[in-house]
Amino acid sequence: MIRLDHVSKVFPGSEKPAVGDLSFEIPAGEIVVLVGPSGCGKTTTLKMINRLIEPTSGEIWIDGVKASAEDPHLLRRKIGYVIQQVGLFPHRTIVQNIATVPSLLGWERERIEPRVSQLIELVGLEPEVGDRYPAELSGGQQQRVGVARALAADPPVLLMDEPFGAVDPIVRARLQDELKLLQARLQKTIVFVTHDIDEAISLGDRVALLNVGGVLEQYAPPEEILRAPANDFVVEFLGSERGLRRLSLISVDTIELEQGPVVTPETTPEQARAVMDTHDVDWVGIVDDGRLLGWVWGAELAHHATVGELEPRPFSAKLSGDSTLRQVLNAIVTSKTQMAVIVDGDRYRGMLSAERLNEALLS
Amino acid sequence: MILAQTTEPFIRWNWVWSHLDMIWGRTVQHLALTGIALGVGFLISIVLSMIALRYRRTYAPITWVTGVLYSIPSLALFVMLIPLTGLSVTTAEIGLVSYTLLIFIRNIVAGIDGVPQEVREAALGMGYTRRRMLLEIELPIALPVVIAGIRIATVTTVGLVTITALIGLGGLGQLILDGLNRLFTTPLIVGSVLSVVLALLLDGVLVLVERALTPWARRKATIG
Repeated sequence: MIRLDHVSKVFPGSEKPAVGDLSFEIPAGEIVVLVGPSGCGKTTTLKMINRLIEPTSGEIWIDGVKASAEDPHLLRRKIGYVIQQVGLFPHRTIVQNIATVPSLLGWERERIEPRVSQLIELVGLEPEVGDRYPAELSGGQQQRVGVARALAADPPVLLMDEPFGAVDPIVRARLQDELKLLQARLQKTIVFVTHDIDEAISLGDRVALLNVGGVLEQYAPPEEILRAPANDFVVEFLGSERGLRRLSLISVDTIELEQGPVVTPETTPEQARAVMDTHDVDWVGIVDDGRLLGWVWGAELAHHATVGELEPRPFSAKLSGDSTLRQVLNAIVTSKTQMAVIVDGDRYRGMLSAERLNEALLS
Repeated sequence: MILAQTTEPFIRWNWVWSHLDMIWGRTVQHLALTGIALGVGFLISIVLSMIALRYRRTYAPITWVTGVLYSIPSLALFVMLIPLTGLSVTTAEIGLVSYTLLIFIRNIVAGIDGVPQEVREAALGMGYTRRRMLLEIELPIALPVVIAGIRIATVTTVGLVTITALIGLGGLGQLILDGLNRLFTTPLIVGSVLSVVLALLLDGVLVLVERALTPWARRKATIG
């Protein structure tokens, strides 16, 4: 656990503090994202944790020990550090780069070698890259090496300063997903700085929203920040897509599904029409013994004895329980039926309409 | 006499063969004078560069003083030193070392300034001390630029050593001076050619040393 206790930083020659009287706790094993506009002191705050910047006043506690009481170099060897420009050592191979902190800590060679191989695999790199030099790797590969290097000595705390800011959006999304998977396995205490609110919402167990001058405007899980922004600054920073961002944080499993306009194949057209009227739609889904067969237009039912005589059309978008409501909304607005169908394998679970999403957000 | 000189061949090989020992001795002396100048000059430059890098304000005065030394005509410098240190190796080396300082210091400082800021931040962030970062990160990365400086200083010094013949040293310069004094072309040519060969040879060795020490810089170049 990391605790900031009335921490402030005034840079020499500056009248206003870069960070002013900041206090909050970062629980062990969580990702806390510091986010805010430029000049909000998020990077300064991060660098005060590993003492690359010394606070003007206040105290930072790491696992119950004052950071200021330790030798800064020894402190930093216990804290992983990843920066946007990666900062790999160009004259050292990938293996040597990853081995940096273990070497500084004086580990035996027999202990370093297997650890480095393990890390290369952990961050999803091919073993062959080990003997290459940083300049021979792509930006995404370099950032993976940066993460591996930070994790090398298995530090409990990881500081990440806009680590994915310099890679293209596709690689960034992949690195974010990998970080989540990595974190699920490693349970590090991660302090992550970004200016990208979507990245903050996507990665953070908690988000600390900072205003210019290092003022903490809100500190809460992302879902809470989106649902109940503390003030106008937070509302403005979250932007006009706040509702959509919230949808991306809620999974289908957490809300109640609708039965939807579905009937069995044996149903007569009259009964089916009654179901359609109840739901105010002109189509009906067909479910046989729990399996979803597809759907037919109401107009097609004439001159048939049962619904099952028709060839059902497949639903274009079927989603599973771990989908987000944002994906559900996408399915709704891109389907002819204007409903998202939720399945578990080929078992039918229910449907979601735009009205249901609206209720879920307002509840 | 004048008639006899016109029949003098461009180079007398039998003189060369009969003076091989002497030529070898001069070559060794030339190498020694060059080596001492480069070694001492480099050590002084390292110290001055570290001061310049640590205390930025000292960089301008350091380059100014070494720049003035660099611009003094070598002949004048040796003559000025004779009342102080006599016709000695010390006199020769004070002059030779002076000329290496500006080249070395400029390249060491430029090389270390060229280390990317993010590399420094990463090194400090992972727990390097400043001293260790200098030795293990900054100097190795600066090496190609530093070696470029060593190459220039080496070629320059090999040439300058010949001038020290005027104070009784000079290595191969002695042969050149001897040839000039006696209007005898053979030693003049032997001294000049060997001096150039020596410069090229040392430069070639340094290129090989650089390649061996900085494999990463070459691979980077092939990647583009």
